[in-house]
Amino acid sequence: MRRFLRPGHDPVRERLKRDLFQFNKTVEHGFPHQPSALGYSPFLRLMAIGMRSGAIKLYGAPGVEFVGLHEENNTVMQIHFIPDQCQLVTLLDDNSLHLWSLKQHSGASELQEEHRFTLKGPPGSPPSATQITAVLPHSSREVLYLGTESGSIFVVELPSFRVLEDRTITSEAVLQRVSEDHCNRRSCELVEALREHPKNPDQILIGYSRGLIVLWDLQNNKATHHFLGSQQLENLYWQRDGSKFISCHYDGSYTQWPVSSDNRQPQPLENLVPYGPFPCKAISKIYWQTTKNGVPYIIFQGGMPRASYGDRHSISVVHGSQQTAFDFTSRVIDFFIIFSSEPTAEFDDPSAMVVLAEEELVVIDLKTAGWPAVHPPYLASLHCSAITCSHHVSNIPLKLWERIISAGSKQNIHYSNMPWPIDGGTNIAPDPPQRDLLLTGHEDGTVRFWDASGVCLHLLYKLSTVRVFLTDADPNDNMNTLGEDEWPPLRKVGTFDPYSDDPRLGIQKIYLCKYSGYLAVAGTAGQVLVMELNDEDAEHVVDHAEADLLQDQEGYRWKGHEKLKTRDGPVRFEAGFQPFVLVQCQPPAVVTSLALHSEWKLVAFGTSHGFGLFDHQQKRLVFVKCTLHPSDQLALEGPLSRVKSLKKSLRQSFRRIRRSRVSSRKRRGGSGNASEVQEANAKFDQDTLQEMELAPVQRKIEARSAEDSFTGFVRTLYFADTFLRDSSRHCPSLWAGTNGGTVYAFCLRVPPAERRMDEPVRAEQAKEIQLMHRAPVVGILVLDGRSTPLPEPLEVAHDLSKSPDMQGSHQLLVVSEEQFKVFTLPKVSSKLKLKLTALEGCRVRKVTVANFGSCKTDDYSENDLAVLTNLGDIQIISLPFLKLQIRYPCIRKEDVSGIASCVFTKYGQGFYLISPSEFERFSLSTKWLVGPRCVVDMPEVTSNNHVHSKPSMENAARKS
Amino acid sequence: EFRRFSLERSKPGKFEEFYGLLQHVHKIPNVDVLVGYTDVHGDLLPINNDDNYHKAVSTANPLLRIFIQRKEDADYSAFGTDTMTRKKNVLSNVLRPDNHKKKPHIVISMPQDFRPVSSIIDVDILPETHRRVRLYKYGTDKPLGFYIRDGSSVRVTPHGLEKVPGIFISRLVPGGLAQSTGLLAVNDEVLEVNGIEVSGKSLDQVTDMMIANSRNLIITVRPANQRNNVVRNSRTSGSSGQSTESSLPSSTPNILANFLQGEEESDEEDIIIEDSGEPQQIPKAAPTSDSLESLTQIELLHDSTQNGFLPSSEMNLNHSAGSVSMEYEVQEPDHKSLEEDGTIITL
Repeated sequence: MRRFLRPGHDPVRERLKRDLFQFNKTVEHGFPHQPSALGYSPFLRLMAIGMRSGAIKLYGAPGVEFVGLHEENNTVMQIHFIPDQCQLVTLLDDNSLHLWSLKQHSGASELQEEHRFTLKGPPGSPPSATQITAVLPHSSREVLYLGTESGSIFVVELPSFRVLEDRTITSEAVLQRVSEDHCNRRSCELVEALREHPKNPDQILIGYSRGLIVLWDLQNNKATHHFLGSQQLENLYWQRDGSKFISCHYDGSYTQWPVSSDNRQPQPLENLVPYGPFPCKAISKIYWQTTKNGVPYIIFQGGMPRASYGDRHSISVVHGSQQTAFDFTSRVIDFFIIFSSEPTAEFDDPSAMVVLAEEELVVIDLKTAGWPAVHPPYLASLHCSAITCSHHVSNIPLKLWERIISAGSKQNIHYSNMPWPIDGGTNIAPDPPQRDLLLTGHEDGTVRFWDASGVCLHLLYKLSTVRVFLTDADPNDNMNTLGEDEWPPLRKVGTFDPYSDDPRLGIQKIYLCKYSGYLAVAGTAGQVLVMELNDEDAEHVVDHAEADLLQDQEGYRWKGHEKLKTRDGPVRFEAGFQPFVLVQCQPPAVVTSLALHSEWKLVAFGTSHGFGLFDHQQKRLVFVKCTLHPSDQLALEGPLSRVKSLKKSLRQSFRRIRRSRVSSRKRRGGSGNASEVQEANAKFDQDTLQEMELAPVQRKIEARSAEDSFTGFVRTLYFADTFLRDSSRHCPSLWAGTNGGTVYAFCLRVPPAERRMDEPVRAEQAKEIQLMHRAPVVGILVLDGRSTPLPEPLEVAHDLSKSPDMQGSHQLLVVSEEQFKVFTLPKVSSKLKLKLTALEGCRVRKVTVANFGSCKTDDYSENDLAVLTNLGDIQIISLPFLKLQIRYPCIRKEDVSGIASCVFTKYGQGFYLISPSEFERFSLSTKWLVGPRCVVDMPEVTSNNHVHSKPSMENAARKS
Repeated sequence: EFRRFSLERSKPGKFEEFYGLLQHVHKIPNVDVLVGYTDVHGDLLPINNDDNYHKAVSTANPLLRIFIQRKEDADYSAFGTDTMTRKKNVLSNVLRPDNHKKKPHIVISMPQDFRPVSSIIDVDILPETHRRVRLYKYGTDKPLGFYIRDGSSVRVTPHGLEKVPGIFISRLVPGGLAQSTGLLAVNDEVLEVNGIEVSGKSLDQVTDMMIANSRNLIITVRPANQRNNVVRNSRTSGSSGQSTESSLPSSTPNILANFLQGEEESDEEDIIIEDSGEPQQIPKAAPTSDSLESLTQIELLHDSTQNGFLPSSEMNLNHSAGSVSMEYEVQEPDHKSLEEDGTIITL
């Protein structure tokens, strides 16, 4: 009757399960999707990024990370740190303000939302009266000044968000003071910028969008100066000493204004259109940074000539005669300058520029000649080119790790050596338990090697396979090589370039042997490359072999893409992984599975037509096996051939058009309009809903048959040294599983090492198993006599694993999308099974063996299967008895790309894409958790500076 | 020729013995014969196994009329569940097989030529508004042939009537298995698939469950048309099937649940080809302590509840796709006969 016991009736096992398994989403790696706001605290040296989703993320020194999420899930429009506090205020697009603080809790800091507030106008006033356009946290830390669309400036107290109505600066009050006849009421509409005087906290500069700028005295509640700009205002910036300020304008100009006590209505000192004389785009933000040598840095966003460069996303840095317009491949959200924040310092002395573009973070070193970029330790743009696959390798030997880092460092010479300038907070997380690599394959034919050991996913090395092939991309097309007299002096920065020159280059499968340094990479056009790690540059010929997977099946015509053309003759490869063999599958269909055995020096690959085995030592094809069902026309012909890739110039012009359409205006349109749109949307939704009810979605219920499409699609390949033929002799074997539920096993004869080059590797089909439920085979695994999965190649040789038990009988585990089945070996008889789909209606998407250690005792660990289903659930299934241990919901089932992108590690962690640019890291283990743990302390503040003398003054003022 | 002899009603013995007795009585030891009897309704029914033999003996009132035909010139059409009207002709048909009727009647083949394609099961444990239908996809070329959709049904809850989402049959493919059984209809609500409730599951999940169970699919439905419901302990006719007069040990829901989850082991054994040899069915490894043997028993009992047989022109049981499976099934006759033996045919 044991089988009638429901799982979970064994209290001992239940307790053990609690010690072994635990589900946590630990950290998000990569670049946040759809960033919408940027903030920086020079005091905390922390940067904050707001997202369209309503999330905010804080970053400091590597490993210092905080995440917060606004309940409303509305776009974060602005982020402002409260001066000299561990607090920040966010403004969302629903016009609500939120106060967040970093609080210490059991030794680590946490980001918490403290208060929320929505500004309310007097009854009957239009919504624009309280629509916040500018936020100024006053250096007193006690009040916020809120500029609105109506032109009024409200004052709210912190942290209570109480409106101090008597201190509101209405446009009427401003106009009274500005007694000029051309200052009509409209000139005070919409507060564009609010800036506190750098030396005198009782003065704030108010910029209205129509060009009027007023210096307001808070003590006496009157305008001391006003400045009449003729152009629509975009932004304001005070010079450090408070004697001048800069305004920048919609027409691409900026103006310097003097502030002196004798002239109440000064004329501009300088008015300049840097990229004139033709009409220019707006300069939306400007910095004027003083330096010791007197030559200032003028840094501004935008201002490009409208007609020819209006589509560029640029930030220009002007320093004396040096001028560079940094050209970003995606829209600039915001930027800030890191400069000396010591109040006693005489000059700004800028050190770095931090730019948040829509798709990446770029930091420019302003101290080093040539203004090189700084390699960010986090916020890596995973999606520089779209991710097509990922592969995780745990516990990398130190030797290989160092070699990869050294290869990567040679690629990074153009980066600045500057230490990461945003270095607030302290990382108190324990050191990562081991060195882990995450390899991502990309659409442009590159493989990126990421340090996935800790909280910061850091790029170590980038491998490109493009060099092996001839593509229509012009290798000399370098946007950075611009002539001396080129104007504007554009310089492309950043790595985000999602436009692949040839989709056939895309990487589909990666397999790295961490012991030997062999890497196999396979791509969209049936190309399989085997590479070896070389510490030096080298020039050599890549051997080329073809694998005709259709064999003698005649009369078929492949209608998909052609294979990639290879480069003739020797090719120069930089230090790192260098290809030495290219196996080209014919037809050149996408490679769907790949396995490498570095000890036997064999690589196996499969497509929708069949699979093959290649001996990369002798550079000889051992065999191919066609798995195609003759009637499977779809697989034969390949995907419908698409329009040939456009020429690059054409592509780029498309790019520009598309980008320029993305309006970068920071304010929303009229709110009335928006509600209309919403209404229309709602109506549309309802209509479609009704339509759906009329014609409901139907699903056909039909058993799978051998004639279904893509049954020959090879889903998994596996090398094993096991008992395939008889129970006395084990031999190398290759296993392949197809979409149609067939498992093929080939017995391999690999010559001993001393005759490895002399005798050919032989293969012979030994078994063919047809699963009657015909579901795709997604995993094959051999368990040894102790029911432990066989070790990886070379694992035993490197003393990192016990040698497998070759005495007891081996078992074969076949995982299909629907069932788990254990068979005996060498005589195949079915032993156990778990019918997942029949019972739960879910299907296996990913499966890996993971080792789980107990958090209570160091000496207990076990191997289980970690399974991700099509519903986004993660299940842990015990080995070898196939009992469901635990289930966690992980990914939304609608998030198909998230589910498809998931990779498990060998120690019960995993990664999946939550957006094209972000991996979520999760852990199923109680023992292996990699998450941020950090502290942000209030830095010691030097006394007797003006900032800290102020609060008392402010208080005194209020009391009086 | 007529013979009259007596049998002990309480101990009828086995069919084999009875068959031997008949051959002995008629002195036709080596002649294959068909045995039939007239039941209380006057239908001519076959006797070819223990169960229908026992049934025949137990219903004898007090006389049991048995007809014997030589197998080679037997008129299969004589058997059937036709109504009383045909009864009058039964005798003449049997006595004068060459006397053809003007109107050709439906030809019904012999029970051993039948194979189950569907059945209504668990009538005794389900509410009368529900119907549990088993479809035997195995060994037929016929597609299952139905579609399901999302929908909503009204349930009685503590808060009154509530609309809840449900899964419904949306379409039957003409000529498909589902349609040919007549047991499923468009707009029937699907409640369970092989013993697992579908409530709370998405359409795709239910689709996957059905396809995963497609070789032995058991669907519990609430028929849209509640007028054709099986009424217990009364006869219904036609292909909609009927409940047997439950001479079977009624299965408890407990066993049922285990049975459904334990699943048929026999219905989908995988195939292996060793060294490019002949395809063979993969045997089960030596049973471990928690073997499924007890379940096999239960399974057989359940098999015995099946009825609703349809004639098939195919004499073989093996029609799953590909020559591979054809061969293995021929090689494994024992296995198939196991399944066949478990059935009682009550027509």
